[in-house]
Amino acid sequence: MKYNKRLTEKIIEYLLFIVAFSALTCVALIVIFLFYEGLPIFEKVGFKEFFFGKYWYPTSDPPAFGIFPLFIGSVLVTILSSLIAVPIGVMTAIYLAELASPIVRKIVKPIIELLAALPSVVIGFFGMVVVAPFLQEYFDLATGLNLFNASLMLAFMSIPTICSISEDAIYGIPTELKEGSFALGATHLQTIIRVIIPASISGISVAITLGMARAIGETMVVLMVAGGAAMIPESIFDPVRPMPASIAAEMAEAPYRSDHYHALFAIGIVLFLFTSAFNLVADYISYKYKEKGSATL
Amino acid sequence: MKQNEIKIKIQNLNFFYGEKQALFDISMDIFKNQVTALIGPSGCGKSTFLRCLNRMNDLIPNSKVEGAVYFDGKNIYDPQVDVVSLRRKVGMVFQKPNPFPKSIFENVAYGLKVQGIKDKYLIEQKVEESLKMAALWDDVKDRLGESAMGLSGGQQQRLCIARAIAVEPEVLLMDEPASALDPIATKKIEELIFELKKNFTIVIVTHNMQQAARISDYTGFFFMGKLIEVDTTETIFTKPGKKETEDYITGRFG
Ligand SMILES: Nc1ncnc2c1ncn2[C@@H]1O[C@H](COP(=O)(O)OP(=O)(O)O)[C@@H](O)[C@H]1O
Ligand SMILES: [Mg+2]
Repeated sequence: MKYNKRLTEKIIEYLLFIVAFSALTCVALIVIFLFYEGLPIFEKVGFKEFFFGKYWYPTSDPPAFGIFPLFIGSVLVTILSSLIAVPIGVMTAIYLAELASPIVRKIVKPIIELLAALPSVVIGFFGMVVVAPFLQEYFDLATGLNLFNASLMLAFMSIPTICSISEDAIYGIPTELKEGSFALGATHLQTIIRVIIPASISGISVAITLGMARAIGETMVVLMVAGGAAMIPESIFDPVRPMPASIAAEMAEAPYRSDHYHALFAIGIVLFLFTSAFNLVADYISYKYKEKGSATL
Repeated sequence: MKQNEIKIKIQNLNFFYGEKQALFDISMDIFKNQVTALIGPSGCGKSTFLRCLNRMNDLIPNSKVEGAVYFDGKNIYDPQVDVVSLRRKVGMVFQKPNPFPKSIFENVAYGLKVQGIKDKYLIEQKVEESLKMAALWDDVKDRLGESAMGLSGGQQQRLCIARAIAVEPEVLLMDEPASALDPIATKKIEELIFELKKNFTIVIVTHNMQQAARISDYTGFFFMGKLIEVDTTETIFTKPGKKETEDYITGRFG
């Protein structure tokens, strides 16, 4: 009896280990594959030319593999969408956690979480058929599919993430802390600004980074609404071609193991490093504030 | 009873958490520059009562107050009363030390800053004064910029006291301020209360009867949401008027 129980436990332990190990191995293999297929491009194109080349003409003769416009497209789309999403997401979170009545909170919070589950193709579709014609007409543009539209749609995508995680952080601030502030004659607004936000800043930062990470790697939306022009934009209404959109759009037409094929994998490497950096920053922030409290703020 | 000026007069106070009544028809006086201790078994409504005195219970959803609390003759539950300025006059120290996750200096300066005081010199002076009064200055004077979270429990509670007295309230409400502390830290807090009495009116909740006997001038005994009796500490501990009080004090229950 006792022996059996211990045996079962052992078996379960091993099973879990195998599952976890194979998951990790798969991920590791994907990363290795990514580098294996991406790195060969640098035999043909120098690092500098690849990263800072202004022209991405992978199919012309001779081809040009400069990802700078794509990279800039990704960066700009991310920055602009954060400028829209962060204030709205964080302020909504503060409203929900601190000001909304319990009933409003109970209704709105699940709706926001539901929005986070909205498939990106739906958001992209919305951007194409609703926002794009509107922008085109209202601002008299050549195309409504552009940097601004993409940023707006990505903001749409990251607001639920930012809002929901920030709200959890703010809502989790111990009541004692708030009461301590009120007891010293602080108003609710002062308490929010001086105690609640600083105390939840680690959670809010993680929320922002995760929201942004979601926007950086997002493919479908930028493929559908960013306009697809591989050039460095001069205004926020110019079309762009962020990195994920390039990969998605061109992978099917790139001949197997051609230079173009390798170049697309190299873009994948850049994207991978970019998002990993973001996740590391998120981890670091949450670690740093958890250790010491947000005392320095 | 000693003849003293009444600072707070509580009249027929009832308190409800939703449907559940937690305080029943409480009337008592709190005298100026005296220490009033509130004792009673846990769950009898001491904290609830204390939090009615600075309207801290306003923050609890679905709660309801009936009756009146006169602070210097004015009912604090009047709709016109400004709760923020009331709380500046009636400070509070909580059961669990709750320093802000900020520096030691910022913790003490907080109450002054939210009042709109900007004069740096004045703030520094007040912070030092309050920390000295709370017997914490020597412990922390070299590390005012460090996080308050790094202090020990006893130090944190003294910091919370310093923070509360920095805004110079007239009344100080203390909810079992020493319950989470070791005997040495407790002794320091008790000595502190003795000092503070000169400048403040103090209401302190404690379930430690020796502590009540040591530090208070008046004692109120709460039981199941009712104030059984209130009198000078000496009377309560030597010849209590009610049987329940005597039972509690002699340790027959609670
Ligand atoms: N926030 C609350 N919501 C509902 N009931 C509460 C709340 N706080 C306290 N109570 C109840 O009110 C009664 C009095 O509690 P409390 O004032 O904390 O007692 P004491 O401080 O004497 O231990 C208890 O029965 C307690 O369960
Ligand atoms: Mg209590």
